[in-house]
Amino acid sequence: MNLDPLLLSRLQFVWVIAWHILLPAFTVGLASYICVLEGLHFATGREIYFRLSTFWIKIFAVSFGMGVVSGIVMPFQFGTNWSRFSDATANVLSPLLAYEGLTAFFLESAFLGVLLFGRKLVPRWAHFVAALMVAFGTLFSSFWILATNSWMQTPAGYDIADGRFFPGDWLQIIFSPSFPYRLAHTVVAFYITTGFVVAGVAAYYLRRRRFVDEARTMLSMTLWLLTVLVPVQIFLGDQHGLNTLEYQPAKLAAIEAHWNTQNRVELNLFAIPDEAAETNHYVLSVPVLGSLILTHDPNGAVRGLKDWPRADRPPVAIPFFAFRAMVGIGLLMLALIAASWWLRARRRLFDTTWFLWSCMLASPLGFLAVLAGWATTEVGRQPWTVYGLLRTADSVSPSLTGFDVVLSLIGFAVVYLIMFPVGVALMARLARSGPVEPAVEPDAVEAGRPQRPVQALPSSEERISS
Amino acid sequence: MTPPVLDFVPLWTIILGFGVFFYVLLDGFDLGVGMLYGFAPDLPSRNLVMNSVAPVWDGNETWLVLGGVGLLAAFPLAFVIILPAVYFPILIMLLALIFRGVAFEFRYRDAEHRTFWDHAFCYGSAIATFAQGIVLGAFIQGFHTEGREFAGSSFDCFTPFSMFTGMALTFGYGLLGAGWLVLKTQGELQDWARQLGRGCLVGVLIAIAVVSLWTPLMQPSIAQRWFSWPNVVFLSPVPIITAMLALWEWHSLRGRSEVAPFAGAIGLFVMSYIGIAISLWPMIVPYQFTLWEAASSASTQAFLLVGTLFLLPIILMYTGWSYWVFRGKVRGDIGYH
Ligand code: HDD
Ligand code: HEM
Ligand code: HEM
Repeated sequence: MNLDPLLLSRLQFVWVIAWHILLPAFTVGLASYICVLEGLHFATGREIYFRLSTFWIKIFAVSFGMGVVSGIVMPFQFGTNWSRFSDATANVLSPLLAYEGLTAFFLESAFLGVLLFGRKLVPRWAHFVAALMVAFGTLFSSFWILATNSWMQTPAGYDIADGRFFPGDWLQIIFSPSFPYRLAHTVVAFYITTGFVVAGVAAYYLRRRRFVDEARTMLSMTLWLLTVLVPVQIFLGDQHGLNTLEYQPAKLAAIEAHWNTQNRVELNLFAIPDEAAETNHYVLSVPVLGSLILTHDPNGAVRGLKDWPRADRPPVAIPFFAFRAMVGIGLLMLALIAASWWLRARRRLFDTTWFLWSCMLASPLGFLAVLAGWATTEVGRQPWTVYGLLRTADSVSPSLTGFDVVLSLIGFAVVYLIMFPVGVALMARLARSGPVEPAVEPDAVEAGRPQRPVQALPSSEERISS
Repeated sequence: MTPPVLDFVPLWTIILGFGVFFYVLLDGFDLGVGMLYGFAPDLPSRNLVMNSVAPVWDGNETWLVLGGVGLLAAFPLAFVIILPAVYFPILIMLLALIFRGVAFEFRYRDAEHRTFWDHAFCYGSAIATFAQGIVLGAFIQGFHTEGREFAGSSFDCFTPFSMFTGMALTFGYGLLGAGWLVLKTQGELQDWARQLGRGCLVGVLIAIAVVSLWTPLMQPSIAQRWFSWPNVVFLSPVPIITAMLALWEWHSLRGRSEVAPFAGAIGLFVMSYIGIAISLWPMIVPYQFTLWEAASSASTQAFLLVGTLFLLPIILMYTGWSYWVFRGKVRGDIGYH
């Protein structure tokens, strides 16, 4: 059998990163949400915020634990499977990764313990500060890792010597041309993803007429947030696309499945791209709209894939379809948000069955959009790891055999297929049981921790009443 | 390449040495507690044992990330040679860390499969430790390189010596874990921890002795370093202090002191660490590349140094604070009615 360590390493990387990204997509947003709830509780003293925060902290704890363990896998991948990539880029990229650890991971992990277990041990303001620090940590983490990724997409500020990259200008390296767009678009995506989960859970309670006050607060808060963020996200996506057109035109040609360089290009709504024949089948397209969107000019010229030698072209089908999936989801979200405005104006937001059902069904949409967006980005960058400069084929560790990577891939597959479904099931169970704790925890003797936030509930009530 | 104006390598060696040691210490007791967990007599004591590390394990593991990424940043050549060379131990360690990491939450939330997650916690800790020991052994033995690349096979790292260091580290982390539990528990549970600690100590001492003989036999350069005149005099404090620490540790595990067992275990780790450093200095890829040859560009080191010197003290401060919040004995009285 002929096992290709390169292909297998790529599969392995996709497998571990795709699972990992789902957790930041949720924890970045949730950390900020918890922080807002803690802040509101701190400022207003209203108990409902306290109950909500306590409830979401429990779910956060599960997802954060999974985020950490799947994240620790990631930097090691760079060494074990992509050692040539690491050798070439270390001088430029390693400080960004190290700063992620120094500014983000320590902040998160040190304050996480206090956030989860410290409610009774520290004053209220200190608990709020812990929530704030965890939220900042997740955002710093996004900042640095996306700076790293953006430099790989649109490298800047480097010198090349002996086939390796050396730092020229650190500001240019960190703020590479695609970074502001990627940072904004991704962080907003994470907030949206969390927003739809929260809205889905709230809709579930409203449907069942449980925890009605909590559910109304959650649904109303999140829909306001999404009212702002979903349109913003579509705008940011458009800007991001224009940036891609400028710096990664081959990726954009793949996203749009354009083969020929033309003026007045059409916008392909649907097609089956055929890479061998360099053409599309079953095309459904709108004339001139492509030029209009991409160049904001009906006569604008857009480059097609045939401009690049075959060896330098990205795959077409994956970016093409993944992009359409993401945009489709974005538009679907917009439709749902628009419906919420209409219902809110008519004061039917909390009791319209079809809307509540839609919210429940929409809760995984953010995750799907995030995966689709990343697939567009990363597959569209191929065949390079550092765009235009270092090929993926020249990035893999030379010592690995196909057999080695098959073994490791099986290992990751098995472990992730145990861990992630269990984690999701446990979070779903927590969500179903809702924001109110039974007076006596049936399971209290088994508690796997010194002090759970739930036990702090009575004491907080005391504090409020006193 | 322009010659560096300032030599940052010594400073980075200290920072990274400190960072790796901190990892070994913190995740060491944490993994050790995980292994001892498997021997805990009953459910309440298992809960206490796990609780003693639940609020801090995540922070402890973060030092692993810092160690890995710090190596990449300061000495990238070492990173790109060593990691592929220890492909499988790293893989095994990562998979084991996943199990023991999620076990904290899952064990508590997933009551139907508690036994499974109990095992995940205990075996995960043990396997991760053993795998780290293999990495250590492979590191001491050195790697087959060509140019800037590892040129051996992914299975080279599995040798009798690396298996032995795997065992050695298992006892070592066990000892740290026992020391931690003595610190954090009382009564019968503490006696139990002391007893396990003594078992681990015996293993550790045998391991230190064997490794101290095995490495010079294996590597003439190491024998030369330790046994040539006058080094043998200058370096003699290392074994002497180690022996004294061992005695102290034994007595404190038998006595009543609550801090001494943990402190003694740390002391033994410090001495072993110093011993390895003396053997290998100034190599970062043993017998192939020195710290200076493997270093990243001066600009890289300088850029990261500025932030590190500023951030590391802050990190130590708030990490210290989070330990302070959870100081004292594990509070079984609060969570469990
Ligand atoms: C909730 C998630 C979400 C939603 C609703 C959208 N996106 Fe997105 N998109 C992402 C989440 C995302 C992402 C996962 O965060 C990506 C992957 C890499 C990145 O920077 O952001 C992304 C990448 C990405 C790229 C690729 C950039 C590149 O790599 O060169 C483009 C062009 C767009 N998006 C455009 C859009 C447009 C026009 C949308 C309008 C409907 C849209 N996105 C909705
Ligand atoms: C932000 C940090 C990220 C970094 C530094 C990064 C880095 C890399 C590297 C080094 C590769 C080369 C290996 C390969 O070609 O397979 C790669 C490929 C890839 N990554 Fe990312 N990645 C990041 C985020 C993501 C995310 C969040 C996803 C989510 C799905 C993702 C999906 C992919 C895919 C699909 C490929 C493979 C492309 C192909 O092989 O055709 N990446 N990435
Ligand atoms: C868009 C891509 C990514 C984002 C936004 C991101 C963000 C985060 C966040 C917020 C966490 C904290 C845990 C959690 O929230 O679940 C985390 C954990 C982690 N991530 Fe990622 N990550 C990304 C991709 C990567 C990649 C490519 C790497 C590899 C270098 C990586 C390495 C890590 C590590 C090591 C941890 C564990 C840190 C700890 O000990 O707390 N991440 N990531």
